[in-house]
This record gives sequence, C-alpha cells and structure tokens, in this order.
Amino acid sequence: MSELQYKVVVGLEIHVHLGTKTKMFCGCELSFGEEANSRVCPVCLGMPGVLPVMNKQAFEYAVLVAMALNCEVAKFTKWDRKGYYYPDLPKNYQISQYDLPLSRNGFIEIPLESGKTKRIGIIRAHLEEDAGKNLHATGNFSQVDLNRAGTPLLEIVTEPDMNSAAEVRALAEELQRIVRYLGVSEADMQKGHMRFEPNVNLVITKNGKEYKTPIVEVKNLNSFRALEKSIEYEIGRQAERFLETGEVMEMGNKSTHGWDDIKEATVLQREKEEAHDYRYFPEPDLVPVELTEQWLKDIKSRLCELPIKKQMRYVNEYKLSDYDAGVLTAERTTGEFFDEVVKAGGEPKRVCNLLTQVGLKLANEKGCSVAELGVKPDALAQLAKMIEAGTVSATASTVIFEKMVKAGKEPEIIAKEHNLIQKSDAGKLKKIVEQVLADNQKAVDDAKSGDKKSKKAMSFLLGQVMQKTKGQANPKVVSEILEKKLG
Amino acid sequence: MRDELPDIDCRGLRDQIAAGDVKSVAVTKAVFEQIEKHERTIGAYINTFKEQALAKAQKIDDKIAAGEPVGKLAGVPVAIKDNMCTTFGATTCASKILENFHSPYNATVVEKLLAADAVIVGKTNMDEFAMGSSTENSGLKQTVNPWDTSRVPGGSSGGSTAAVAARFCYAALGSDTGGSIRQPASFCGVVGLKPTYGRVSRFGLVAYGSSLDQIGPITRTVGDCALMMNVIAGYDPADSTSIDEKTAPVPDYLEKLDEPIKRLKIGTVPELNAGSDSDVQKAISGAIEVYKKLGVEIVEIEMPHFDYAIAPYYIIATAEASSNLARYDGVHYGHRTKNPKDYIEVYTKSRAEGFGKEVKRRIMLGTYALSSGYYDAYYLKALKVRNLIRGDFTKAFERCEVILMPVSPTTAFKIDEKVDDPLKMYLSDIYTIAANLAGIPSISVPCGFDKNNLPIGLQILSPAFSEDKLLRIARMYEKETDWHKKKPVIS
Repeated sequence: MSELQYKVVVGLEIHVHLGTKTKMFCGCELSFGEEANSRVCPVCLGMPGVLPVMNKQAFEYAVLVAMALNCEVAKFTKWDRKGYYYPDLPKNYQISQYDLPLSRNGFIEIPLESGKTKRIGIIRAHLEEDAGKNLHATGNFSQVDLNRAGTPLLEIVTEPDMNSAAEVRALAEELQRIVRYLGVSEADMQKGHMRFEPNVNLVITKNGKEYKTPIVEVKNLNSFRALEKSIEYEIGRQAERFLETGEVMEMGNKSTHGWDDIKEATVLQREKEEAHDYRYFPEPDLVPVELTEQWLKDIKSRLCELPIKKQMRYVNEYKLSDYDAGVLTAERTTGEFFDEVVKAGGEPKRVCNLLTQVGLKLANEKGCSVAELGVKPDALAQLAKMIEAGTVSATASTVIFEKMVKAGKEPEIIAKEHNLIQKSDAGKLKKIVEQVLADNQKAVDDAKSGDKKSKKAMSFLLGQVMQKTKGQANPKVVSEILEKKLG
Repeated sequence: MRDELPDIDCRGLRDQIAAGDVKSVAVTKAVFEQIEKHERTIGAYINTFKEQALAKAQKIDDKIAAGEPVGKLAGVPVAIKDNMCTTFGATTCASKILENFHSPYNATVVEKLLAADAVIVGKTNMDEFAMGSSTENSGLKQTVNPWDTSRVPGGSSGGSTAAVAARFCYAALGSDTGGSIRQPASFCGVVGLKPTYGRVSRFGLVAYGSSLDQIGPITRTVGDCALMMNVIAGYDPADSTSIDEKTAPVPDYLEKLDEPIKRLKIGTVPELNAGSDSDVQKAISGAIEVYKKLGVEIVEIEMPHFDYAIAPYYIIATAEASSNLARYDGVHYGHRTKNPKDYIEVYTKSRAEGFGKEVKRRIMLGTYALSSGYYDAYYLKALKVRNLIRGDFTKAFERCEVILMPVSPTTAFKIDEKVDDPLKMYLSDIYTIAANLAGIPSISVPCGFDKNNLPIGLQILSPAFSEDKLLRIARMYEKETDWHKKKPVIS
C-alpha cells in the first residue's frame, strides 16, 4: 500500500442530558437505573389530552451552555415537532427546535497536546426532549421503558473542524469539563448523559487531485475511548476502501455505522442515508420563548471562568506546568479553591503542590471536593507562606495539611504542637554543624577533596545534621553553613 | 311516582337545589328517566353514569341539608363530550382506537365541573376525534336530531347539543375546532359558545387541531353559558396556551348579563348572508330587526378574506391532527392489532383497524401538507391566510362591537345526505371556522325555525376576551325572543 496523503475531517453531533430536577415538559423527576416506567406521568407517556409545559431551568441551563460555547443566543425561539414513528417515542413526535434554535454560531476552544488551543466552530445548540428506551429481551416481543422519555436534551452540532481522533477526544473532554463547570450536567458517558455521533471522512490527495471519501456517521459510542478508537478505525477503513474502490462522497452515499466495543470496529448499520421526512412544524401546544434583557443578564451572571481559560491562565501567569494546570482545572471547585488560596497570599506553585500532592488525595479519600475538606483558603495560604519562608519543610507541610483537615486548627499551631517548625537559627545550627563535622572527619576530607566524592559527602553531612535535629533543621540554611565551612 | 323534570335553566335549578326546594336526586332521577325513555331514539351518549350521578346528587343534597356551602353548579346534571378525559368511564373520542381507553387523569374542565358540585350524567357522542359536522363520523354510534330524528344533530359536538335539546341534561361541554359547538347548537336549537382561544384550559381535551381547539358550554340559555363560563374559564398552568389572568382578567360573566350595552354598533356582512338558504337569511334579517328595535346601530362591514377561510382551516387543522393522532399507534394504549408480524404492523394494522374513514382522510391530508417540499406551499401559506383573516376581524372591530352572521348556511340536513361528499360537508363550515382561525369568541343562539320546523342559529362574533360583552349582547336578543324556549317533541 503506497503512502496515502489525506486529511481527516470530523464534525460532531452531541447530545447532553441537562441535570434538571424534573423533565423537559412535565414534573417527573429525572432518574437513572430506576424500575422501568416508574418515573412517568400522563404527559411524558403521551396520553390523550396532555399538554407540555416548558421547564424553565432546562431552558436556562441550555442558554448557559450556549453562552459558554460563545454562541449567539436568540432573543426569540420556538418549539417544533419532529415526527417519526418509533416505540420509544410515545407521541411519535419529538418536541425539538427546527428553524429558530435557541443559539447558533459559536465556538469551543480545545486544548491540544502541543499546549496550544484550537477553535472548533459550533453551528447550533438547541433544546429537545429525549426518547425512552426499547428493551429487547428474549422472546418474540420488545418492551419500552419510558423513564428517560422527556429528559431535557441539549443538542450541539459542531463544524467539521476536527482533524484527528485526538482532537475529537479533546473536544469531548473539554465539553464535559464545561458542562460540569456550569453545573448543568453530570456528563457521565456511561449513564448516557453525553452521546457523541461523529461524522467522519477523509480528504485524500492523489496525483495533485483531491478526493473526499463518503461520510460515515458513527453511533453507539459510550466512552471517550470508544469515540477516539472509532475515528481511528474509520480513518484506516476509509483509506483502505478508497484504495480498493475509489468511491468518493456523493449525494445519498452517507452511511451509518455502529461501534462494536468488543471487536473495536465500526459495523455498517444503514447503507444509504434514508430520506427522512420529519414533517417539522411549529409546536402549537407551546408558546415561543422570548428572552428578555433582564433574563439574559440573570443567566449570564451564572457563567464562570471557563476551564480552558483558567488552565491557560495558570500556565501563563503562574508558570504552572500544563499537567498541574490540567489537574487543578479538572473540577470547577478545585480551581476555584486554588484561586482563593492564591488570592489569600499563597504562592501559586506552593499552593499547587499542596493541592495536587495532598489536598486532592485527601478529598478523594473523603469523597468530597478540596473546598469541602474543612480547610479555609486563608489557612492553606498561611501554610504555603510558611513553606515559602522556610518555617516548615515541604515534607512537614504534608503532615500539617493532613492534621489541619483532621483538627481544623491553624497551620502554625499544628506545626508548633507537633514540633514541625524548621530550625533556621543560623547560630544554633552552626553549633550542630560543627559537632557533626567534628564527628565525621572522613566525610569532611572527602567533601574538601573537590573530586566527585565531595558531592556525596556533602549530602551525607547534611543528612547527619537533619538526623540530629530530628528533621527540623532548615536544609537550605544547613547547606549554606556547610558550604561556608567546607568550601 | 314520576319525578318531575323541572323546565328551568341551570341557574334557577341550582338556586332551587341550593335552597333545598328541589332535590338534586329527584332532578337527576328525572333526567335519567328522560334518557331511558328517548336515548334509544336519540343516541346522544356513549356512556352514562347513573349510579355515580345519583350518589353525587345525594351527596350534594346531604351537604345542603347540613348547611354546608355548595358550588356554582350544585346538583345540576351536566354532560361532557367524550373527548375530554375523565377518570370515570372511558374516554373514547367516539373512536374504535380508544374504545376501551380509561384516562388516568381528569381534564381541567372536568375537575372544575366536579369542584363546582355538578352531577356528571354521562359522556356524549361526537364525530370521531371531533372531525366532522354531523356526528355521523362517530365510530361507535349514531346520534340523531331531537327535532327530526331523520336528521343529523350537527357536529362534532352533536351528542352534547342533542342531549341538551332532548333534556338529557341541563348543560353540556363541547369542543369547537371549526364550529363544532356552534353548528350543532344551531341545528339543535340550543345555545353554544366557543370562547376565545386560551380562555378555557385545553388540558385533558384530546387534541384535534391544537391551535384551533377550544372547549365551551352548550346550554338552553345565554345565562347558562355565562354560568358555565364562570366555572370553566381561567388560566391553567398545565396549558401553556391558556392566557394568564393579569393579561386578560376573567370577569363574572353573570354580573352584568342583563344590562344592555348602550350605543351598541353591530356589524353585518350582507354578501356573506346571501350564501345561506332563504329561511336562514330571513331569520338573520329578523334578528337584525330585533336589535334595530333595541336602538342598535347596524353597520355593514367587509370581510375580504372570509371566503378563503376553508382552505387554510383544513390545512392547519389536518396538519396538526396528523401529528396529534400519531400517538394512537397500538404500542402504549388503545386498540392493538392481533398477531402483528413486527412492530411496523403494530402501527399500520392497529391504525388501519382503529381509525374511521374521515379520520384517515384528514391524517393523510395533514401528512401531505407537512411533507418536505410541500410545507411552504400549504402549511406556511395557510398561516399567512390565517393572519389575513385575523386582520379582517381587527379592522371590522374598529367599526363595530360584534359581528352577526348565520352559523350555518342550512338547517340540519338528512342523515347520509352528505357523507359521500366530504367537500360539501367541509364547505358547510364556512361561517364558523373564521372565529377559530382568528381565535376569537363566538356564540350561537336560537333565532328561528325553517319551513320544516328545524331550528336556526344566529352567530355573534366578538373580539378576543370579550365574552362578557358577547354574552350581554346575545342576552339582549334572547330577552326579546322566545326561540330558546321551544322544545322538540321527540317522536
């Protein structure tokens, strides 16, 4: 197989469950894993005579996401019925938005491995209701569970701006981080809170000519890994198929493939895209939504600094590593707590170390966020300052942080109570150093020798001093004294 | 001993019951005697609830005896069109597809009737899913006109109007999508009001054309319509299209009912009236004369787009219906075909077996109108014409308070006379559908009889949310005439 030159083109259709208390158009609670058909009412069952009532919270959540995705939010938006027959769709139409979606023309910044970001266009984001689930048990019948029917669903459609499987995964993870930051969705892929349907094809360059392979839509992706793998698989499959058949994109040859998690391959579901006629028309049972300036302002006030912005700020302003910045911004509460500690005077790098090396571990053990450990930002900032000033060692700070969580006391008090204050008094330390030097003539000679033994001898002597002070000596000060004496 | 069936309106009856002068149980018994005597001829009801009705009547009588306060319809026997959901009895919409469907909830209007201490007699026959103008499209039974049993009662609320006319109840609820309250009210010689769209909650009304459907009262007098409106009108948080009461307060419709409107201007559309049978034209002219004598100024107005109303109506109503009726698929409830091959057959066969001919025709019409490539030419254009008709009314109401016209070009026609000509049937809706397209209230009041002694209805239309005025203007006419006092002799 000759080396094929190609560009990968991927656009995504994404469905995000909004984590409201109740469903999109009725008062049923959202649920997961409940007994089938236990969270239903006449409205979400599509009984005769029922009418939908819009869930205001769902609408506000949707607008919030749209704003975070830099979309133009429509002042006037309406509902439409999308008609198709399927047993999991009780009314045989879905209430959705067709020609006047609540938002369009946005973009999302995704982090790249290079440390840079890339902007992916958002065509539109609109609200709709989810369907139920068909359960295919054994026997010559199927069952329908309508607990999920009517769950508020935000549909986001991106431009085909992604050019690799890694970029697609980065977008998916970034979107998950955003909706979690905004507190509008748990965004748990296993629970189906986020569903991704990539449209993949290749632009192949051969003999100076460009060829586009037929678009494939991939369904049934229930993890980030599956999402990434499916695109990698499609790239290989489409390239091979092009070499075999030369087939290129044309009207009506888009196909749908399902992802087989076990075979790690996409499997053809529908050869040709069926000419669906959804017979959209305006939903007469709902009134259009007019977003007033005040309402828009109220929703906007709930926006927060987006994770990617935060992450870049940590890297650029605080000189944190990409990795550390990523860890601190994975959850909104962590980043916000970090910001508060820094604001209270903690040196960013020290605070970062405290949080990433101790705080997150403790929070994880307790099953809470770092902000819920019971340590006030002020107190942690103080601990960071103590490290900075050499009052306590980095090693001791770990112990102090742990005890702060347990005892809820100020770091200084804990340090004193547990004798964790570093001895930095040069006068006192000098005497101990002299004692150690006197007791270890061989090492002193080695250290003075100036050859490669000297480094080892120096650290040995430093260790001896630390041992004598039960680890409380400030190693920096001790080193200085040693250098002076032996240098 | 025979229980007396008081020949009195709801208001009078309610007051007598509340005062303890008449027992609700006695009246309810008398109503059921009347039903038992004539229902086999008339066929107004799909379901009656004798036992429950008598038990409820007894409860009301006990309450009154105990000196407890009672509701606005205390002990009054009323009927409900069978497209309003009730937890008691089936809710069939006169369709085989819902023949055994029992609703898990009550429609808002039903809750309101119950809260007002009404006694529910039964649920009335109708054209299947309210699609029709004669009640001949019922998938379950035939209803005839109490004035002439060889004729239709009108439709689609023909069961309700026949029940009121035949004294099978004192008032009934109907629904009106294109005239389904007013036209059968005129055919049966009773009063029928289609309120403003959004005035009465549609929650629990099985949808036909959602943007046109409206529930309203069918009664013997204008005053009873006002009383029923006092019970059923108002905002419902379960119906997003119902109007909040800050925007349009709900008045006491009875308060000023008997006060005539001073310096009243009534509009007529002479060229429209000319399209009716001569007896109908005569009756309308007679009504105009009555108003003139009351000092009302009659202004001739134009409704340039009125003639175009039928096409957009049948596009919008059927388009919405095609979507509204998609849920009757045999999967979740209602009729399911036996031994389907696959789930597609569950749909196709259940629907083929469950729906009647007219319902299928309208579903197909509506599906076609919404299909891609046709949407702009049909549905979108229909919406534009709808706006033009709204505009006609807005202009007209700058010159007059209300507009008078016939309800129907003819009186009740013979059974089977038009069933084979759906277009002819559709065209008979010419006078009523404009009010639905514009969303405005409109009432039908008895205004005479034709040469066959069949009732004729006078239609009065008024601006949105002016039902109080509309009822007062209708009452001005009613007070001067005796048409509403005439009763059919059931043969």
